[in-house]
Amino acid sequence: MIQNKEALDQVREEAVKVLDSYDCRILVCSGTGCVATGSQKIYEKFMEIAKDAPGVTIEFGPHDKDAHVGVKKTGCQGVCELGPLVRIQKGDDVIQYTKVQIEDCQEIFEKSVQGNETIERLLYQKGGKVSRGPEDIPFIAKQTRIVLKNCGKFDAESLNEYIASGGFQALEKAMFEMDPDLVIDQVDKSGIRGRGGGGFPAGKKWIQVARQADPVHYVVCNGDEGDPGAFMDGSVMEGDPYRLIEGMMLAAYAVRAQHGYIYVRAEYPQSVARLKHAIAVLEEVGLLGDDILGTGFSFHMHINRGAGAFVCGEGSALTASIEGSRGMPRVKPPRTVEQGLWAKPTVLNNVETYANIPEIILKGADWYRSIGTEGSPGTKTFSLTGSIENTGLIEVPMGTTLREIIFDIGGGLKAGAAFKAVQIGGPSGGCLTEEHLDVPLDFDSVKKYGAIVGSGGLVVMDEHTCMVEVARFFMGFTQRESCGKCGPCRIGTKRMLEILEKIVDGKGEMEDLDKLEHLGNFIKDRSLCGLGKSAPLPVLSTLKNFRDEYVEHIVDKKCAAHVCKAMRSYVIDPEKCKGCTKCARNCPVGAITGNKKEPHSIDTSKCIKCGTCLENCVFGAISVN
Amino acid sequence: MLDQSFYQKADEIIAFYGKKPASLIPIMQDIQGVYRYLPGELLTYVAEQIGVTEAKAFSVATFYENFSFDAKGKYVIKVCDGTACHVRKSIPVLEELYKKLGLSRTKKTTDDMMFTVETVSCLGACGLAPTMMVNEDVHPRMTPEKADELIDKLRGGEQG
Repeated sequence: MIQNKEALDQVREEAVKVLDSYDCRILVCSGTGCVATGSQKIYEKFMEIAKDAPGVTIEFGPHDKDAHVGVKKTGCQGVCELGPLVRIQKGDDVIQYTKVQIEDCQEIFEKSVQGNETIERLLYQKGGKVSRGPEDIPFIAKQTRIVLKNCGKFDAESLNEYIASGGFQALEKAMFEMDPDLVIDQVDKSGIRGRGGGGFPAGKKWIQVARQADPVHYVVCNGDEGDPGAFMDGSVMEGDPYRLIEGMMLAAYAVRAQHGYIYVRAEYPQSVARLKHAIAVLEEVGLLGDDILGTGFSFHMHINRGAGAFVCGEGSALTASIEGSRGMPRVKPPRTVEQGLWAKPTVLNNVETYANIPEIILKGADWYRSIGTEGSPGTKTFSLTGSIENTGLIEVPMGTTLREIIFDIGGGLKAGAAFKAVQIGGPSGGCLTEEHLDVPLDFDSVKKYGAIVGSGGLVVMDEHTCMVEVARFFMGFTQRESCGKCGPCRIGTKRMLEILEKIVDGKGEMEDLDKLEHLGNFIKDRSLCGLGKSAPLPVLSTLKNFRDEYVEHIVDKKCAAHVCKAMRSYVIDPEKCKGCTKCARNCPVGAITGNKKEPHSIDTSKCIKCGTCLENCVFGAISVN
Repeated sequence: MLDQSFYQKADEIIAFYGKKPASLIPIMQDIQGVYRYLPGELLTYVAEQIGVTEAKAFSVATFYENFSFDAKGKYVIKVCDGTACHVRKSIPVLEELYKKLGLSRTKKTTDDMMFTVETVSCLGACGLAPTMMVNEDVHPRMTPEKADELIDKLRGGEQG
């Protein structure tokens, strides 16, 4: 039990001692990406090897063995594309191994853990340059990590390691040196804006909740990261769960709340498991519960799992879902700060926002304001995906440009393809193009160009992506996820989707574009909640930036990216065709004719564009136009 | 008529979360976790026990995509069609699974109750797109060929 300040200090001192006593730490990435590529087995293998090695102990605590080796499961190390990732750390020296296989474990243990050799073939290599440590990899070196500072360095499940890394210092400082109002004041002065998409100043929310007359207040964390192509919050929940909880505890202390809820999306089982574990550990030592550290401050945490409704990322829908109802947004005001969960004043922020709070309290508002831009202080996490060389999780100061993110950190486009657009902000966001590459990414600048920073999903698209089809994809998503409460969103998204499907099917007319614009603006202005208000953005922004592509689909009936099936036409090159008859036999509609050993031809009026002929031609004689 | 054991299990779950309306969603999630679907009769029973109307319980269950009144296969395959997976060609993977298992957007479960194929909007492993999830395991960098092999492997494991 950690019952008071002295006990916590003592635990910290011991934990730091143990951390320093490691001769070597084997840090196995345990983010969702690396688990998918098999890192759990790598972890078990290292455990097995270390346990059996003579003179080695892996226990956390005092020991009498020659060597103290730690085998740890960490949060996301960042370069998901190169997983499973393993770091070998000896003091300040860290080797970053990539694409580690079970067969490599023994060799790593002998050469790099017990010995001091580096295994070159497992290092990150690009363009003839070999990177030994994580900081040598441009992808990691160019980041500024606050929220993700522990990810990849410490055991995500261990309270001792979190405390040793400086965890709960902020809580201690707040509870013993700061009045709750002073905590709010620091958060307000830091200028931190909600990282969930809206960008509303967090401090303002806290001030409003604190001054409500009702004595019962709640703290709620939105971990319903629903934007497809975004996994930042999931990485924080599974990679550094204690940091999120500490941030929520600080909020609870500041606004005098006794209960906190984390709403996690159903597709993140690992986040749920890690958070549950962390809460149980904290309850056991008394850092959660009644009378924390003897201060009289009580705080209890609860986890709610989402059930597959994107709209629950909206504040009032999320609280309705926690209450056990359909997750449908309601008319505002009253706002969440006045009547949130169970109609009580509620602080509702997302995962990344809370995860920033401990550092703000510890280092102060001025320090935080020194990072990022005037209007958007601090850093932002982004998940970098799509057609890019280095996919993964990044954290950069607000105001970093797309060019720096895509080309310096991300290493440019995959296989040298040509950059076409980057989709930012998910289904509520828009597409930015070549001309926007030097726009600083902060809440206000991005908005000017018809997109939003949103929660931080960045999906890079190259010339093989059809922007009309992408617009249809997002509209299909929001139409499915519309809760149906208000007409503009329920009916409007359906109509917009029908028009987009018509265009993709090659049946579009020019007047459809005006209809899309008209409908889009109507839905944007008149929907009840953020989902509907932002649903038309992907269409409106592609219409603005890629109008030519829409026109090409409608007038020329052509899809330059060869994505839209209806506009493909298959042709047989008579030079290459050997007349083997395979395509004619496989064609399900009998559209291919020709005599044996003579070039065949396709009757385009019969062809259903299924692509079977192309897949089966061994001479490469069939191509798509 | 459901077997008595269903009600016993439901009672255990209800006791864990408490007889209050706010327990509805977690109770339904756990029941579905055990049986891979939500038996309608059992939901009626749960509603009565925790003090919500039957209408409310069904309105909640039908609102959320995760709940299903139809039994699902032993292996629930969720093909990710999030943005990152979509632009890295997730649809051919889905189509291969449909073709191989004789399923479609409307027929989601095989007759032998082995496989259910669904789509999902993001699994959070976008760095390894396209991905899919079989029960709780995420499979990275899928291709139609890999999907095909995986099905054979899952079927094979069943016989062996």
